[in-house]
Amino acid sequence: MSFLSIGYILQQVANGFILGSIYSLVAIGFSMIFSIIGLINFSHGDILMLGAFSALAFITALHGPIWVVFGMVGVVGFLIGIAIERVAFRPIRSAPQVTGFITSLAISSLIENFGILVLTAQPRSFNIPDYLNGLLNVGAVSFRVIDAIIVALSTTIVISLYMYTKYTRMGMAMRATAQNIDASRLMGINVNRVIMIAFAIGSSLAAIAGLMWGAKFGQISPLMGFLPGLKAFVAAVIGGIRDIRGAVLGGYVLGFSEVLFVGLLPPDMSGYRDAFVFTLLIVILLIKPEGMLGREEEVIK
Amino acid sequence: MLELKGVDVYYGKLYILKGINVSVKKGEIVTIIGANGAGKTTTLRTISGLVHPRGGSIYYNGKEITRESSNNIVKMGISHCPEGRQLFPYMTVRENLLLGAYLRNDTNAIKEDMEWVYSIFPILAERQKQIAGTLSGGEQEMLAIGRALMSRPKLLMLDEPSLGLAPIVVDKIFDVIKELNGKGVTILLVEQNANMALEIAHRGYVMETGKISLQGSARELFEDEAVKRAYLGG
Repeated sequence: MSFLSIGYILQQVANGFILGSIYSLVAIGFSMIFSIIGLINFSHGDILMLGAFSALAFITALHGPIWVVFGMVGVVGFLIGIAIERVAFRPIRSAPQVTGFITSLAISSLIENFGILVLTAQPRSFNIPDYLNGLLNVGAVSFRVIDAIIVALSTTIVISLYMYTKYTRMGMAMRATAQNIDASRLMGINVNRVIMIAFAIGSSLAAIAGLMWGAKFGQISPLMGFLPGLKAFVAAVIGGIRDIRGAVLGGYVLGFSEVLFVGLLPPDMSGYRDAFVFTLLIVILLIKPEGMLGREEEVIK
Repeated sequence: MLELKGVDVYYGKLYILKGINVSVKKGEIVTIIGANGAGKTTTLRTISGLVHPRGGSIYYNGKEITRESSNNIVKMGISHCPEGRQLFPYMTVRENLLLGAYLRNDTNAIKEDMEWVYSIFPILAERQKQIAGTLSGGEQEMLAIGRALMSRPKLLMLDEPSLGLAPIVVDKIFDVIKELNGKGVTILLVEQNANMALEIAHRGYVMETGKISLQGSARELFEDEAVKRAYLGG
């Protein structure tokens, strides 16, 4: 029976990797912003949506190589992040945490409705150049060229970002600000700049993930950001929200479990995929409330 | 060197600093003593730009810095070693020291200064790679002072460096403060341990509920009956 053959399982693992790569990128942005200013940014998924639509526009208009599109989408996300921080979050910096949370919901709803107004709620197909749809076969596992690009690019971004926060001046400043914002000011760190860069990088990754999402599922809509945004938040929480490594781990755990639930459950149960995924979240948090890589004193209350 | 003129600070509606005047001259050790909640810490936070005054002004080397941002204030040579150490708890000793030199680009001189800090506090050299949050209280205070020194301050502000430390560690820290002052670093020291503070200071201010209630040379304060009764335990 082919259902549980090694090949089938390997195929599911590969699918989990692809999905996990996308979740990781979105989760990193969530966790960067949360760890630095304690903001749970619910507009993060909508930046993914904006990334997906700008990617579609670039692909349609340019017919250029895909890496150029990735780069441009990254820049778009970067600028959107700066704009949102400046306009929406900086003015309420000293307000209670819940104000930021509500602001992010407002921004989210603003972006989504603006999207519906301009683009209509009708999903559009996200067509990528044919060569990216070409199938690659490795043993019993097959995947598309774009899937390989997604995994490779996501891995590269994650590793570079980790090195960036670990070894560069700005990266050190980010970690310092996340640990103690007043002490960071006393070191001469321009905290406003750090926060701006965190938003910019986080949003840039979300936008890139939007392109990946469109390429993987072939369809985008103004409301597409909600679920990946929510799931990336879940990923960041189960991984341990204050740490990039936690966000990545959480992203992969989520990606794998989602694919495995779909792949291994009887077909008529696969509609309950998200229910299983969120149950998994609850189980992990019951066992380790601070997240898998979190520190005990950082339990989110 | 540093001059506060009629500084008023509010936290929301709470009137915390009520028109205080404080001055520090180059080369001095000046101490501010007073009870908990008198406004000593707020005074330092205001000087370093973490809090901005609603009234009055602050001058540093003749230049007004009242509304300056804290990163500019650090750039000008004021370093603040805050109350409760405020280290970066998940970073190593070395990383904490490097962050103290955040605004500097002179890599070689930073290395020299790090060696210098290690020579002042040899225990920190042994613990270079240890995570700061796992150090003992005394070691954390040494690291906080070391970190504050890494910016090569002209004016070093210390907030309760003796708090919660064993007497032998306190002695060591006060020796270091004196030594630094001997090397030309001007010191503004906030302390509840008035005895020790007045022993090493040139001048002092006594703060009560947001006002300067008394000022004078360390000797005058030491011999003042009211100060003796309130802060020197006898």
